[in-house]
Amino acid sequence: MSVQTWTYLLVGVTFVIYIGIAIWSRASSTKDFYVAGGGVSPWANGMATAADWMSAASFISMAGIIAFAGYDGSVYLMGWTGGYVLLALLLAPYLRKFGKFTVPDFIGERYYSKTARIVAVCCALLVSFTYVAGQMRGVGVVFSRFLEVDINTGVIIGMVIVLFYAVLGGMKGITYTQVAQYCVLIFAFMVPAIFISFQMTGNPIPQLGMGSTVNDGSGTYLLEKLNGLSTELGFSEYTNGTKSRMDVFAITLALMVGTAGLPHVIVRFFTVKRVKDARKSAGIALLLIAILYTTAPAVAVFAKTNLINTVSDQPYEEMPEWFKNWEQTGLLSYTDKNGDGTIQYVADVTKNELEIDRDIMVLANPEIANLPAWVIALVAAGGLAAALSTAAGLLLVISSSISHDLIKNVIKPSISEKGELLAARISATVAVVIAGYFGINPPGFVAAVVALAFGLAAASFFPAIVLGIFYKKMNKQGAVAGMIVGILLMLFYMLKYKFGVFDGGKEAVVELKENWWFGISPEGFGAVAMFVNYMVAIIVNAFTPTPPEAVQNMVENIRIPSGAGEATSH
Amino acid sequence: MSSKQEHAKRYWKENLKYVTLLLIIWFLVSYGCGILFKDALDTFEIGGFKLGFWFAQQGSIYVFVLLIFIYVRLMNKLDKKYGFNLDATKPKAP
Repeated sequence: MSVQTWTYLLVGVTFVIYIGIAIWSRASSTKDFYVAGGGVSPWANGMATAADWMSAASFISMAGIIAFAGYDGSVYLMGWTGGYVLLALLLAPYLRKFGKFTVPDFIGERYYSKTARIVAVCCALLVSFTYVAGQMRGVGVVFSRFLEVDINTGVIIGMVIVLFYAVLGGMKGITYTQVAQYCVLIFAFMVPAIFISFQMTGNPIPQLGMGSTVNDGSGTYLLEKLNGLSTELGFSEYTNGTKSRMDVFAITLALMVGTAGLPHVIVRFFTVKRVKDARKSAGIALLLIAILYTTAPAVAVFAKTNLINTVSDQPYEEMPEWFKNWEQTGLLSYTDKNGDGTIQYVADVTKNELEIDRDIMVLANPEIANLPAWVIALVAAGGLAAALSTAAGLLLVISSSISHDLIKNVIKPSISEKGELLAARISATVAVVIAGYFGINPPGFVAAVVALAFGLAAASFFPAIVLGIFYKKMNKQGAVAGMIVGILLMLFYMLKYKFGVFDGGKEAVVELKENWWFGISPEGFGAVAMFVNYMVAIIVNAFTPTPPEAVQNMVENIRIPSGAGEATSH
Repeated sequence: MSSKQEHAKRYWKENLKYVTLLLIIWFLVSYGCGILFKDALDTFEIGGFKLGFWFAQQGSIYVFVLLIFIYVRLMNKLDKKYGFNLDATKPKAP
């Protein structure tokens, strides 16, 4: 069977499974819709969280980014896993004990203020919309490369599928489809990695293969070989990278704290039965995520070594078939600058003749390693599972922010249960359509805004929630001031140093690098904005009245795990 | 302050002790071994890995997973010790 037949078959089968699960797990109440009835087992929630978290970026792009960034890529590996430790130790158990439906619910009640709730709703919407646009685009790209349909048709097919199970099933439908999607995506990521690890090093476990000797009898270690190849071509050593230590530190911190502050991740911990299950399922989620996150750097090393060996200083005419295939997609391009007919892949931009899109590293990996057709098809199904599961989780945050936090709690508190459920379904539908629109017409700044989303979550939600739990006397003035100053500072820094808004546009950004505060890039600035948020909150708090007795009692109550009961409505 | 509040306060203090300890380890493996002391650790090798690089791309992630499961165990024990492990339907006076 050809690659394309396999792809249609595997993608078709997985889609039928997702739709089947959606029909089986329809939501019949708002509690089903927002938190899957509050009775999800820790394992199911762990798997759903892992699928929710690992998006098209983790599945398709991350290994490629690491392959080209080397040690600098560690910021993503540590940043996007270490956040779960913060989540499990500082947030998840207490938010579960609090037992409501959304993150703005917590902010609004803990800080006894509608303003605080509305600020939180705005942050949640901003973060989730930027994210979901990227996912829809990912769906379109996978469709167009593997099924040879138009990108826009791909986005629309993806929209219909997500619409079906998110609108029908709400959190309940999403949770159980995410469980299935985790299985698909992890299988699809691991199979090629195991094959390639065995081919290159003789060790089938990629995590160990990465540190083994190359399978050519020379006895050199793989990483040593890659370091050698990299320096020969003028790049920096693979295991060293080029970013300053200060910047690596700040970016890692911003990503960790941002991860723990993302509403679509936090809300997953409202769905389990007890506080104890919230802790356990955070552990399970990270374990399942770690399987992919410890394999990705190994895939990066295999793919980079393979690539250099295959193309560097080789005649263009002798390139294998995959090279030509990917040239057609425009993701790989060769210009023979010195006219010698061989490929010079070097660090010096004036001499380099090969342009490679980073996404190729995962998508083309099975072809580069000559793996069977079904493995290549599997990667397509895995990429779709990763993008769809994350999109669905984000859509739920958007729809619950609107139907629950805005309509039920601010605009029309008298709305009936049935009316609220209908509102949730309508806002989910509208959100899918908007997300689809951005998927078809992506704004040029999606990637930059996704980085901003982490910074925003780090600068706003995380400090407000942590202070809300660990500092009983924190009042609304302090928390609101902290959130607003944190967000504005983060926005200012991004606009100035990422977009060059105040200095004459994007061209000015490179020069401004000299002026970075403490040498920290905009990607890492969320860490600084977070500290500013804490400081402002504590200082303002010192000069304003302490919170009411009832709120302080509530804080004492959420610190104790027993009596969590189930998620309750107002 | 009632004895019930005292009891809850003691539980909270022990919880904070665990959290602090685990977060110190969390910081040391990632920011310490993986970033700040990376160059020093890179002079050691395990298999084909330079140690600092290994912590940054592999080791810290394994430790993160362990830390959460250790916390789960510690807290389950602590809940039991303070009688907070029972369901809401059958509250037991401490």
